[in-house]
Amino acid sequence: MATNLKVPVYGNLAEEQAGKWGMTIDMDVCTGCQACVAACAMENNISFVGEVDSGYGRSMHWIRIERFWEGTYPEVKMTSFQPMLCQQCGQAPCEPVCPAFATVHSVAESINLQVYNRCVGTRYCANNCPYQVRSFNWRDYVRPEPLPNQLNPDVTVRRRGVMEKCSFCIQRIHKAEDLAKSESREVRDGEFTTACAQACPADAIVFGRIDNPDSLVSQLASLDRGVKHLEELGTLPIVTYLKGG
Amino acid sequence: MASKEQTNPHEKHLSHEQQLREKHLMLDPLPRGQMNDMVMESMYTTSWKFWAVFAVLSAIVAYGLFYSWGKMIAEGLGIAGVNRPVYWGIFLVNTVFWIGISHAGTFISAILRVFKAEFRRPFTRAAELMTTFGLVQAGFSIFMHLGRVWLAYWLMPYPNQRGLWPNMHSPLSWDLLAITTYLLSSTMYLFLPLIPDLAMARDRTQDGWRKTFYKVLALGFRGTEGEWTHLRNAMNIFAFAIIPVMFSVHTIVSWDFAAATRPGWNSTIFGPYFVVGALHSGMGAVAIVLVVVRGTMKNMKYFIRAEHFDGLGKLMLIVSMAWAYFFFNDYMVQWYGGDKWTKQLLHFHESGPMGWMWFAMLICNIVVPWLILWNSKWRSTPWLIFVVGLIINVGMWFERYIIIPISLTINRMPFTWRMYHPGVEIPLGIGTLAFFILLYMAASRLIPLVPVWEVQEGQMAHSLKKFGRETVVTVSELE
Repeated sequence: MATNLKVPVYGNLAEEQAGKWGMTIDMDVCTGCQACVAACAMENNISFVGEVDSGYGRSMHWIRIERFWEGTYPEVKMTSFQPMLCQQCGQAPCEPVCPAFATVHSVAESINLQVYNRCVGTRYCANNCPYQVRSFNWRDYVRPEPLPNQLNPDVTVRRRGVMEKCSFCIQRIHKAEDLAKSESREVRDGEFTTACAQACPADAIVFGRIDNPDSLVSQLASLDRGVKHLEELGTLPIVTYLKGG
Repeated sequence: MASKEQTNPHEKHLSHEQQLREKHLMLDPLPRGQMNDMVMESMYTTSWKFWAVFAVLSAIVAYGLFYSWGKMIAEGLGIAGVNRPVYWGIFLVNTVFWIGISHAGTFISAILRVFKAEFRRPFTRAAELMTTFGLVQAGFSIFMHLGRVWLAYWLMPYPNQRGLWPNMHSPLSWDLLAITTYLLSSTMYLFLPLIPDLAMARDRTQDGWRKTFYKVLALGFRGTEGEWTHLRNAMNIFAFAIIPVMFSVHTIVSWDFAAATRPGWNSTIFGPYFVVGALHSGMGAVAIVLVVVRGTMKNMKYFIRAEHFDGLGKLMLIVSMAWAYFFFNDYMVQWYGGDKWTKQLLHFHESGPMGWMWFAMLICNIVVPWLILWNSKWRSTPWLIFVVGLIINVGMWFERYIIIPISLTINRMPFTWRMYHPGVEIPLGIGTLAFFILLYMAASRLIPLVPVWEVQEGQMAHSLKKFGRETVVTVSELE
C-alpha cells in the first residue's frame, strides 16, 4: 500500500514475513464446553488460582470462554459466548512496551513469545493487550498432591511475579518440527495440533500452517465467514473466527 | 498620611514605610549575623512534639513501607488489589502523584529564579527539598509495583555477558531514564545553592558530628569572589537546563499512558495535561509545607510572610485555570471522537460506582481554588491556603486514580471488566507519605531550610528611597 505512494517503508511488518502457524475457531460448531480451557491448563502447567482469586479477576487461563448475558440475576438470558486466547498479533501492542524484552516476536514461528525468566513484572504488556489475554502470576499458587505429578515436563513452571500467555503450544510445534527434521521432511498438515484443538470435541478449533494454502487451517481462514477480533486496531491477529449462523 | 491613620485604626502606629517593611521580607533587613543565628537556631530547636511526631512517623514507615513491602515481595502481588484488567493500581497512582509533587520544587525554584521573581528567595530550598524527597517516594512506588523487584536492575542499560539490553521502544525505559536524570540533576540543583549556607553553618558550629557534616558538605567554601562567580555560573546553567528536564519528565510519564492502546489513555494532549497537573498538585504541596514550616519551626515567621502565600496563591490560581483548560480539552476531544469504548469509559467515569470521585476531582481542582484564591486577603491567610493546598492535592490524587485504576476497569473486552479494590497498596501508600514527611523533618534540622545568603542578597538589592514625601521601593541588579 505504501509502495503506491513511493514512500520508503522502514521496518518489516510482521505480517509481511511468512506467518507460519495459525488457528481458526468455528463459532458455528463451538458449544462453549470449556474442554479447551481444561486441556490448555493441563498441557501448559497453568496454576489453579482458586475460587476467591478467580472471582476477583485473577484467573490464569490462556484460553477462556467469554460468556455474555443480558439482564440481572435471576432473569438472566445468555446471549453469546466466544473462546478468547492470544491472537498472536503480527503487530502486537504487547511487544514494544516491555522494557526488558521479555515479550518478543519469534521469527521462526511468527508468534509472540513470553520469556518468563526475563520478565520483571511491570505488567505493561497486559495493560496494552486489547484482547486482555495475558495472565499474571499474582502469587505462588499451591499445587496440592497429586497435581504436581501431572506437570508437563516440556513446559516451564512459572513463579510469582511473571506474566504468561498462550504460546500456541510451542513445545508441540518444536517436537513435531524436530521429528520431521529427523525424517528429512516438512511437518505434515494435521500431524500434530495444540492442546485446545486436540481436546475440542466438535473440532471447532483448527491449527496448522497458515502460510501453506493447501492446509486445512488456511482454507478455513479464507472462508467468507472469517473475521478477526478488533481488526480495526491494526494488530494483525493470526487467529480467525468463523462467524456462527 | 495623616488622613490614612484616622481612617484605618489598625495601622495607625505604622507609617507607610513601616507598613512596607512589615509586609515585605526584602525591605525588612536584619543584621547578617543575627539572621544567620536565627536560621541556626531554627535548625537546632527540637521540642518533644517534634520527636513524638518523628517516632510515630518512623513506626508508620517501618510498618507501612518496609514490613508491608517485604511481605509483598515474599508473597507476591496477590496481597495487593491489582487484578485483570486493572494491572496498574495505586502504586502507579502514587508514582505519578509523587513525581507531580516533585515538580513544583523545580518550578518555583528554577522558573522563578530565571525570571528573577523576588518573592521566591526565602522558600526556594523548601521547594527544592520537596523535589528530591518526592522523587524518592516515586521511586519507592514504582519499584513496589514490579512483580519481581529483585530484578529491577535489568531495566538499566548496563553491559553484561549475556548481551542483554533494555528495550528502548518501551515508554517505561524512557521513564526510568527521565526520572533518574531528574533525580540526579535536581539533587545537584538542590546542593549548589546550599553550599554557602553549609559553609555558614560550618562556621557557626563548634565541634561534634555536625561540624564534620557541614565541613564535608561545604566543600571548603570560603566565600571568595572566584567561588561566588563559579557558583553563580553553575546555578545559572542548572536553573535554565533543569526547566526542560522538568517538562520532559512528566511528559514522558504521561506517555506511559498516552502511548498505550487503551481507550481513555490514548490522548495526544496527555503530555502538557500531566505537566500542568503536576504543577497543580506541587504548588499545593509547597503551600502546605510552607504553612507547616512557618507554624512549627522557630524564627520562620520572619522569613515566610503573608506576601509569600499571596504570591503562591496567585500561582495556584493560574495553574488551576490551566489545568481546567487542559482537562476540558482532553475530555472534549475524546468525547467528540465518539469511539465506542471511550464513550463507555467517560460514562463510567461520571456515573459508575466511583462517579463521586470524578465530581470530587472537579470540585477540589477547580471550584475550591477558584472560589478562594481570587481574594488576596484569603490568599494571604496561612491556614486557608493550607486547606486549599490539601484539597488540591486530594483532587489531583483523585485525578490520577481516575486515569489509572478506574480507566483500566473498562477495556475492549467487556468480559474482563472488573472493579479494583486496593489491598496492601494502602499501608504502602501511607508509608511513602510518612517517609516523605520524615525525610523532610530530618532535613529541616540538618540543613538550613532558608537560603540565608539568597535572602540577604535580595535585601541588599532592595532599598527604600524618598522622592519628596513619597517612599519608593528600588531594586538594583546584583547578579
